[in-house]
Amino acid sequence: MSLLEIRNLSVDFATSSGQFRAVDGVDVTVDEGDLLAIVGESGSGKSVSMLALMGLLPWTATVTADKMEFDGHDLRRLSGRARRRIIGRDISMIFQEPMSSLNPAFTVGWQIKESLRKHTSLSRSQRQDRAVELMRQVGIPAPEKRLSAYPHQLSGGMSQRAMIAIALACRPKLLIADEPTTALDVTIQAQILELLTGLQEDTGMAMVLITHDMGVVAETVERVQVQYAGQRVELQEVQGLFDDPHHPYTAALLAALPERATERKLPTIPGVVPGQFDRPAGCLFSPRCQFADARCKAERPVPAGPAMGHALCHYPLSHGHPTGKETAA
Amino acid sequence: MSAPVLTASNLKRHYEVKGGFMQPAATLRALDGASFTLTPGKTLAVVGESGSGKSTLARVVTMIEPPTEGELVIGGKKIGPEGASRDRDLRAMVQIVFQDPYGSLNPRQTIGQTLMEPLLLNRPEIDRKERDRRARDMLSMVGLRPEHFDRYPHMFSGGQRQRVAVARALMLEPKILVLDEPVSALDLSIQSQVLNLLMDIQERMDLAYLFISHDLSVVRHIADEVMVIYLGEPVEMGPKDVIFDAPRHPYTKALMSATPMADPSDRKERIKLEGELPSPMAKPEGCPFNPRCWRRQEICLSVEPELQGGNPAGGGHCFACHNPVPEDETAAA
Amino acid sequence: MTDTASQSASPATTPTAPPSRLREFWSSFKENRGAVVGLFVFLAFLLVAALAPILAPYAPDAQYRDALLVPPFWQDGGSTRFLLGTDALGRDLLSRLIYGARFSFFIGVLVVTIATTCGVLLGVIAGFAPRIIDTLIMRLMDIVLSFPSLLLALVLVAILGPSLLNAMIAIAVVLQPHFVRLTRAAVLSERSKDYVTAARIAGGRPLRIMFKTVLPNCLAPIIVQAALSFSTAVLDTAALGFLGMGAQPPTPEWGTMLAEAREFILRAWWVVTFPGLCILITVLAINLMGDGLRDALDPKLKRS
Repeated sequence: MSLLEIRNLSVDFATSSGQFRAVDGVDVTVDEGDLLAIVGESGSGKSVSMLALMGLLPWTATVTADKMEFDGHDLRRLSGRARRRIIGRDISMIFQEPMSSLNPAFTVGWQIKESLRKHTSLSRSQRQDRAVELMRQVGIPAPEKRLSAYPHQLSGGMSQRAMIAIALACRPKLLIADEPTTALDVTIQAQILELLTGLQEDTGMAMVLITHDMGVVAETVERVQVQYAGQRVELQEVQGLFDDPHHPYTAALLAALPERATERKLPTIPGVVPGQFDRPAGCLFSPRCQFADARCKAERPVPAGPAMGHALCHYPLSHGHPTGKETAA
Repeated sequence: MSAPVLTASNLKRHYEVKGGFMQPAATLRALDGASFTLTPGKTLAVVGESGSGKSTLARVVTMIEPPTEGELVIGGKKIGPEGASRDRDLRAMVQIVFQDPYGSLNPRQTIGQTLMEPLLLNRPEIDRKERDRRARDMLSMVGLRPEHFDRYPHMFSGGQRQRVAVARALMLEPKILVLDEPVSALDLSIQSQVLNLLMDIQERMDLAYLFISHDLSVVRHIADEVMVIYLGEPVEMGPKDVIFDAPRHPYTKALMSATPMADPSDRKERIKLEGELPSPMAKPEGCPFNPRCWRRQEICLSVEPELQGGNPAGGGHCFACHNPVPEDETAAA
Repeated sequence: MTDTASQSASPATTPTAPPSRLREFWSSFKENRGAVVGLFVFLAFLLVAALAPILAPYAPDAQYRDALLVPPFWQDGGSTRFLLGTDALGRDLLSRLIYGARFSFFIGVLVVTIATTCGVLLGVIAGFAPRIIDTLIMRLMDIVLSFPSLLLALVLVAILGPSLLNAMIAIAVVLQPHFVRLTRAAVLSERSKDYVTAARIAGGRPLRIMFKTVLPNCLAPIIVQAALSFSTAVLDTAALGFLGMGAQPPTPEWGTMLAEAREFILRAWWVVTFPGLCILITVLAINLMGDGLRDALDPKLKRS
């Protein structure tokens, strides 16, 4: 059985100018010990779908799903209190801005221990020991001393390590890392990614890495889920995704990477991600897709089979060529 | 090779930081001795981590701040510590594009007003109609449509705003464009559009670019020469291919190694740098990189290395290290 | 490289463009029901003030010696001749209240104009000036703020001599430190943004940067503060009038009316109640409206 299973998740935001669909029928499956990346540009709904899972969306959001199960619990039916008991203990999350995700008014140690106080029955001294152990685990030097440090006394990399320590405090089964390294420098990013994958291996927890950086994806995870404009457009093993992307969007995105460029002029994807006011009727990528035809503009596609990376496309690509078109491509 | 349009020699920019209660005042050495030249039609990329002094360099080159020491020569005119004169022609020669497309456009000005402002302020001899015409021409040159002229910035996406920012920078027909992380706030699919635009414009207008970035894959694509900067000091400089294929300074090599490559089949063993960038207020003795360096020797702790090797102004390769990475080793990585 | 050209063809997209600034403002303003009610009350108040000579049945200072302290029409002894009754000198209360609206509105506009102009000017200067001038201005404002505001206004009026105009000047002086602080804070946060640097690189002179580039982007909180100050001005003038330091009798200013009627509070409740109610309703309406304005203009507090 999967650790986390979400079917047909949609999130709508009520805005002053009408409903806005941020997540549109997304499926997410995470097995125990899994390492999944959700990749997408801004507006792809990658963060929102995970926030919906955590129940952290503002009141303007409406969340609907056919299935939302974590470790045997149906998250849709749980009361707020029961949900909070799972979230923070079995699922935890780290965010992009390490500096602002720690509360500046309390010491790092206090914030780690608070999580332990809420979710475990450890005694005071046990909590202290566990906090020190956690700080050591995430590679913070001189943990006993740093426990009494305030967040502003830590650098960005150290703050992110402290965040990870808090997230790991209750030995979660699932860790959601939302752009954990985007605000950090490359040398620090390398340290944090190594730490995260190392911890994931050691503790056997599952991890969902939300990112926009194809390089991070390639070097870190096993499976990749690509999202575009709130929809999941592809799901593949990492090697397969980079070698043979099945969705035209994934293919175009990879081609646009400067390091993959063969000529000076970079291949581009024309246009921008559709917003609230210009959502196309058919396939959401059709206005920007080089293979789109009349059917793509009129009909919404259904996901292809696992062999085609579940590509949400009428004519999923195989080695760069669309398949399934009657007329020769 | 054409003559350089800008020559910087030993540029320094220090800030006096007022001490708090019971603390002495300190000097923040944001930029500590950079020398380079910019040539028309060529791109010099400046690479470094945050806090390395990249943005300070941008501010000094655009004459927002005068250098504390050293001097800039732009188009034959000297700018030293006394600051730049309010010379319109000189200021018009260097323009800048900022990182954040959301903060760099005035939310209360239409795109048209934003584009016409530099002309209004610097070329009073140009009349209204001509200003309008030039702004509209520039708009189409950066790939925006005429109806965008009267809109406000909040109606645009990040990529479109960055095009407007580029257009504004070009209105005074500068010779030098400082690009301060111009694509790092943009989505991947938009990033390539803007990079293409920048390369296209450089070719058309024969501009010299100072391209500041932390993204090595972008730098590799767009740069002609690369300057790696650490704690305000250039540690390695040279033609792009040399820097990327055979870096000699350990920091450059570590930086390359830490950059994730979009190729899952090549998950290499990274060179792991320990620790983080020290504060520019408390620079280490000797080589500034020594606390994090894995090739550290006795001498690195006390003597600061000088840039050695070829002449960077002539396209040579130079680096500041006592114990550089051997040449044969770099080729293997 | 045409950014959106290819997308405009799709027919199913109903709303075509994001709403304009004004539209967006109105839609978030009307979400706050209290604010809308406040707005309408305020508009009604404005209308009454503007049309006072037409609406008022009598002149505000016309005395009817045959009808002293007549109660409102629904009470025993009252008549429809004087709908809300008369005061001790036989003046029609309704007419005086209607004319009073003129004074209150006039006071509000003038005080807010003086306070905003001076406050914003000083605030922008403080935000851009070198440290010494900045400190000087701000410490001066701190001194003004450290007095109880009404007391300071009283002292100022005592020096200048009691009159409506002097009362307004005094209140404006007391109110403007808030504008200085607010403007300075907004200027400091705006001036570090890139577009200001861009304007400087484009060759903008300091004065242009201060007032043309930065100031328009600081207006939202200032507008809100101005709206809320309006009610403070009305209230403080009434208080000064009540203490005999503001408008002088027989001016039909609400606070002064209250003061005049003080001695009849037990015998004729209406002479004190109606002016008091007018002050209360006006101030409440303006405050409600100001709250709505803040919600709509200040993006930090915006919901969703």
